[in-house]
Amino acid sequence: MTRAFRIVRRRVLQMIPVILGIVVFNFLLLHLAPGDAVDVIAGEAGAGDAGYMARLRQQYGLDQPLPLQLVRYLWNVVQLDLGQSFRQNQPVLDLILARLPATLLLMGTAMVMSILFGVVLGVIAAWRVRSLADTVISIIALLSYATPTFWIGLMFILFFSVTLGWLPTSGMQTIGTSQTGLQAAIDVGRHLLLPAITLALFYMAIYTRLMRASMLEIYGQDYVRTAQAKGLSDGRVAFKHVLRNAMLPVVTMIGLQVGALLGGSVLVETVFGWPGLGRLAYNAVFQRDFNLLLGILLLSSVMVVVANLLVDLLYAALDPRIEYR
Amino acid sequence: MKRLRAFWRHYRRNLAAVIGLAILSLVLLMALSAPLLFPTDPWEIVARPFIWPLQDWSYPLGTDMLGRNVAAGIFHGAQVSLLIGIIATIAALFVGVLVGALSGFYGGLTDDVLMRLTEIFQTVPAFIFIFVVVAIFNPSVQIIVLAVAIVSWPPIARLVRGEFIALRNRDFIQGCIAIGMNDLRIIFVQALPNALAPVIVTASVTVALAILAESGLAFLGLGDPNVMSWGTMIGAGRQVLRQAWYLTAIPGIAVLLTVLALNLIGDGLNDALNPRLRGRS
Repeated sequence: MTRAFRIVRRRVLQMIPVILGIVVFNFLLLHLAPGDAVDVIAGEAGAGDAGYMARLRQQYGLDQPLPLQLVRYLWNVVQLDLGQSFRQNQPVLDLILARLPATLLLMGTAMVMSILFGVVLGVIAAWRVRSLADTVISIIALLSYATPTFWIGLMFILFFSVTLGWLPTSGMQTIGTSQTGLQAAIDVGRHLLLPAITLALFYMAIYTRLMRASMLEIYGQDYVRTAQAKGLSDGRVAFKHVLRNAMLPVVTMIGLQVGALLGGSVLVETVFGWPGLGRLAYNAVFQRDFNLLLGILLLSSVMVVVANLLVDLLYAALDPRIEYR
Repeated sequence: MKRLRAFWRHYRRNLAAVIGLAILSLVLLMALSAPLLFPTDPWEIVARPFIWPLQDWSYPLGTDMLGRNVAAGIFHGAQVSLLIGIIATIAALFVGVLVGALSGFYGGLTDDVLMRLTEIFQTVPAFIFIFVVVAIFNPSVQIIVLAVAIVSWPPIARLVRGEFIALRNRDFIQGCIAIGMNDLRIIFVQALPNALAPVIVTASVTVALAILAESGLAFLGLGDPNVMSWGTMIGAGRQVLRQAWYLTAIPGIAVLLTVLALNLIGDGLNDALNPRLRGRS
């Protein structure tokens, strides 16, 4: 059995109770919510006579004891049936999958940006510790960590779009044009730039601070002194010996931040009119579409679990000492 | 008292942390003085709309698109932000410390069950969770505090668990166990005070994150409709971003400074309370 396979197997076994817990939790939330799906439908129709509502409840199985409903709900989720959005008359899963690519594009870009800038800034700060560059980088990181994401997004719109007119204010594509190929990609890229930077800032700050601390700690270790003593160049010590080990806490943090990144994209998508999951959730709230909302909550939790699995593998690739039992 | 003075001696060496404390004191003062300085409801229309800041000294921060006093909103908003941030953090500390202490102290099955539970709450994306819960149960300060607390306790629990695992094997705890001291007494009287330093540091960051979460929620229109919140003001100002950007900028700066102050305080506490780090910058 290969090492990667063992890691995956162990992780998947660990994931099962967590996902099961989240599904049960979701179910409870749905039932604690004031009013059920039938109330929503009846409200939609304007009125509902008691007989009709009772029949509907029977049809959806809402009249059955709670444990039985839970079993049925679990069975549906296992079959990837997240129920129906009563507002949009479509399966919840279809609605989510239609919006997922936009969110993944935004999240992925923001994640790459935050890691790249965070690591580079952290390395520079640690390399020139207590210099002017270190101070400036620390201040940037502190400010980025304290700034509300949605607010800095609005300020970017004000400056780059309204005042300078460089970039579009919202959406994912220019409406009313039929571009193809490279042109279309550039158009999406122009729309993507501001939201991605907005989302990336907060996480960039986390990685900068972590990377700086982690580099400084590793610079103090004996094996680094050995590497320096045997006459390796500064660059070789920094990149071959220090950087790789200093990346480990950053990789762990990336896994921990995936969920937060998803939450952040709800806000950023709302600010920039980005047609992703966040916008879907935002609209679902105001339409009181609980099935859809809980579907989004469940699926985003599953995404976090999957992301953590990937991070584990990446971690193992970076550090061959890691062995999972 | 003597320990407090020693603590302050270490804390004040960190200039950034002292600045953070000064900003937070100012925000606290704003929150406390809000009912005195601005006795009228901050939602009330008091003047003509769109008076820019520094134009009319009766309204130093100007008025919004309906003619409400921005300064009154900022002062009352300080109350809401701090209240929600602090109460949610206290609730999260309560649950997090309890779960972490039991988990770390007993280990074994207790630890397994409690840590799986923690993992469930840590896996669900925090902001989406808060957003969904507040949307389902209708926005009110109580629900917001509850939802924020539910997502804030897992990191505290993990931290406390780690401390307790380390403490459990120390001689003085083993001694307590050997003389047959009651478990609860060992956990809360003997071990907990020794695990508190990192918890206090985390608490200041937890308050900061809670304030950010509340402002985001209010920005999306899910704040308590009965109270004036900074996030609500940003959300409203957004509608007129082009004509009157100060309506968005001012409450945002208020959030930024408050969160920044709390983070600086967290760093300062970390330096002052963690003796291993003393002497390092």
